[in-house]
Amino acid sequence: MSTDTETHEGSQSDEWFASAKKIYPMATHGLFRRIKWALLFITLGIYYFLPFIRYDRGPNAPGQAVLVDMEHRRAYFFFIEIWPQEVYYLTGLLIIAAVALFLMNAVAGRIWCGYLCPQTVWTDLFLWVERQVEGDRRERIAFDKQPWTASKVGKRATKHFFWLMIAWWTGGAWVLYFNDAPTLVWQLLTFQAPMIAYIWIGILTTTTYLLAGFMREQVCIYMCPWPRIQAALTDEKALNVTYRWDRGEPRGSLKQNKKLVDQGLPAGDCIDCYQCFQVCPTGVDIRKGMQLDCIQCGLCIDACDNIMKKVGKPTGLIAYDTDENIERRIEGKEPVYEIVRVRTVVYAAVIALVGAIMLFVLLNRDFADISVLHDRNPVFVEQSDGSVRNGYSVRLSNKRRHERHFMLHVEGMPPETLVEAVGVDETFAGRPFIEVGPDTTREVRILVTSPPSLDMPHSTPVIFRITESVMGEVVTARDTFKAPGNP
Amino acid sequence: MADAHNKEVDQVSGVETTGHEWDGLKELNNPLPRWWLYLFYVTIAWAVVYWILYPAWPLVTSYTTGVLGANQRMEAIAAYDQGIADRSEFADKIVATSLQDISADQDMLQFALANGQAAFGDNCAPCHGSGGTGAEGYPNLQDDTWLWGGTLDDIQTTLLHGIRTTNDDTRFGDMPAYGRDELLSKDEINQVSNFVASKAGLETDEGVDLAAGQTLYEDNCAACHGDNLEGIQEVGAPSLMSANYLYGKSLDAIKAQVTNPRNGVMPAWADRLDPATIKSLTVYVHSFGGGQ
Repeated sequence: MSTDTETHEGSQSDEWFASAKKIYPMATHGLFRRIKWALLFITLGIYYFLPFIRYDRGPNAPGQAVLVDMEHRRAYFFFIEIWPQEVYYLTGLLIIAAVALFLMNAVAGRIWCGYLCPQTVWTDLFLWVERQVEGDRRERIAFDKQPWTASKVGKRATKHFFWLMIAWWTGGAWVLYFNDAPTLVWQLLTFQAPMIAYIWIGILTTTTYLLAGFMREQVCIYMCPWPRIQAALTDEKALNVTYRWDRGEPRGSLKQNKKLVDQGLPAGDCIDCYQCFQVCPTGVDIRKGMQLDCIQCGLCIDACDNIMKKVGKPTGLIAYDTDENIERRIEGKEPVYEIVRVRTVVYAAVIALVGAIMLFVLLNRDFADISVLHDRNPVFVEQSDGSVRNGYSVRLSNKRRHERHFMLHVEGMPPETLVEAVGVDETFAGRPFIEVGPDTTREVRILVTSPPSLDMPHSTPVIFRITESVMGEVVTARDTFKAPGNP
Repeated sequence: MADAHNKEVDQVSGVETTGHEWDGLKELNNPLPRWWLYLFYVTIAWAVVYWILYPAWPLVTSYTTGVLGANQRMEAIAAYDQGIADRSEFADKIVATSLQDISADQDMLQFALANGQAAFGDNCAPCHGSGGTGAEGYPNLQDDTWLWGGTLDDIQTTLLHGIRTTNDDTRFGDMPAYGRDELLSKDEINQVSNFVASKAGLETDEGVDLAAGQTLYEDNCAACHGDNLEGIQEVGAPSLMSANYLYGKSLDAIKAQVTNPRNGVMPAWADRLDPATIKSLTVYVHSFGGGQ
């Protein structure tokens, strides 16, 4: 990346493309900085250590609490085990995630961007490393301009070493979600891990290193779609990090504004110290109002409050507030904060509804499954004795960790109907008694033959019912029995 | 490119225009980040690298092959060979197992059915239909009517040696051409056909001597089709009492088959398909439900 801070070099092509201005965010302290540190510890803690939590599922099952087992096509989350055909649970999670994002936005703007987005969290961590090695804003600006000495090379190398270590750990943690973590760590240490693990670690190490080390705010401004969507979703009642210009303007140095006050002229509280601008990780001047580049991390609030305390003025010149309240204050009215309003209620209701549906489906989930596919060609077969036979491909799923047996019954057919399962000799009460291995699906071809003496109608609705032999769990599937009769 | 004379600063946004103007609409100059431009150059450079590594440019009669020697056709052939090798474990097991025991093993049965289905689609479906329902002249493999037997062993024998082929062990049954070869007169053919139709539950022509037809049947047909029209599988003579007639169940079709019969041919597959595939096909066809 260019360290060039000039915006315009005068040549023709420069008018179409601008070098990124390097941003040197200054350290600050205060409430929002503390919240950001706390969330950084929590989110990264979950990401890096979650794969190591164990969860006992009994023999022949993975003992990792959170695991996506691509090889055996299963996903585990503590007590939940998801099969590939149940991936719609993910749809529910995605709906909740999207609406939660809208809700955050309706309540207090870009909470996600400022505190929780991986890009923000990792950039914050990388900035902390940079600050430890190269110093704060002023030192870093000076450091960049220094000639290349052994000391500068050493510091730069140190910084990049730690960046790469964090990036490598990030990629390393990622692959642990897809394989037994302790085993994989040992394999990685002894260079026996599968190639795909190294490739993924490489990819995520590279992206973390580049995005958090170099691209930083460029990702938010140019790559991410959310700022555009967010700007369209917000309203005048949503809390946003706001410069209260009604109180701050006209801005001026302490001396200058004191003069104005002495002359009986209006003077604002903003002393034009540029602290809000200097702590900003995306290089925004919040006093220009809400803008696409602002991720609303609240660090300018901390910076401004610290200054206000020093100069003996009330804090909150920059604060979470709404445009509407600024207008109200100008008109001499009390500010209003309406967090409970139609859109937040609707968003919350959608989250609750989708969450409730997911919970209900999860609690009522079957541990056996049946799917029936009627033969398409032929739809039915006429036998020499006048009886009619239909063929079905039936899939039985056993989601338990032990072998189970299912009795198959086809309801809705006349008595004397013959139900056979190809390759299954065992019967129970004259019905096929089908064995399905632990945690597997078995496909069985089922032949249903009507009694010869009966003229079957064109189409007869039937229900395939399987009953588990020990617990009596029942699962059904609907289909039809076709015959040449009149429709 | 931009004409410096037309540049101005937009009043609302305070941004300079590019000097481009369309019907009064002026374009603001908000410059793209330079790294974006560099990424564009990287993609161009990558294209050049790709040309060198992979097949890219057409020449007059061939193309540039690229230094990596990538060839998707060869990869497909290698993948095919690998597939054959991968399934040899099961294929060997199937060859070593009797037809009756294949269905006792879940895994082997699943393999045989999948393998049989693929082979059926490639080799059998053109005549017997993709679902095995056949057509007029091509037997329906789904029902329980079998010309040459519907047990696993019978089906395998038919698959291996065919019907009316040049294979040494082929099975042969010949319906004589009573009309074409003038073995029976037209009236006699009419009488015997009406007799068969009456027995098979079809409508008959009026005023035909069915008793004469029965005598003709006993003298000419019963040797193969049986005294009670039940058919004899050893010679491939179909039951005439069945609901399913290979060449159509009607009086006209019966007359046609007596006068100038069709004797269909089933190819012998012993020399064309490997034993594991023949066995898989046998199990697959048997699983249609008509197997005995």
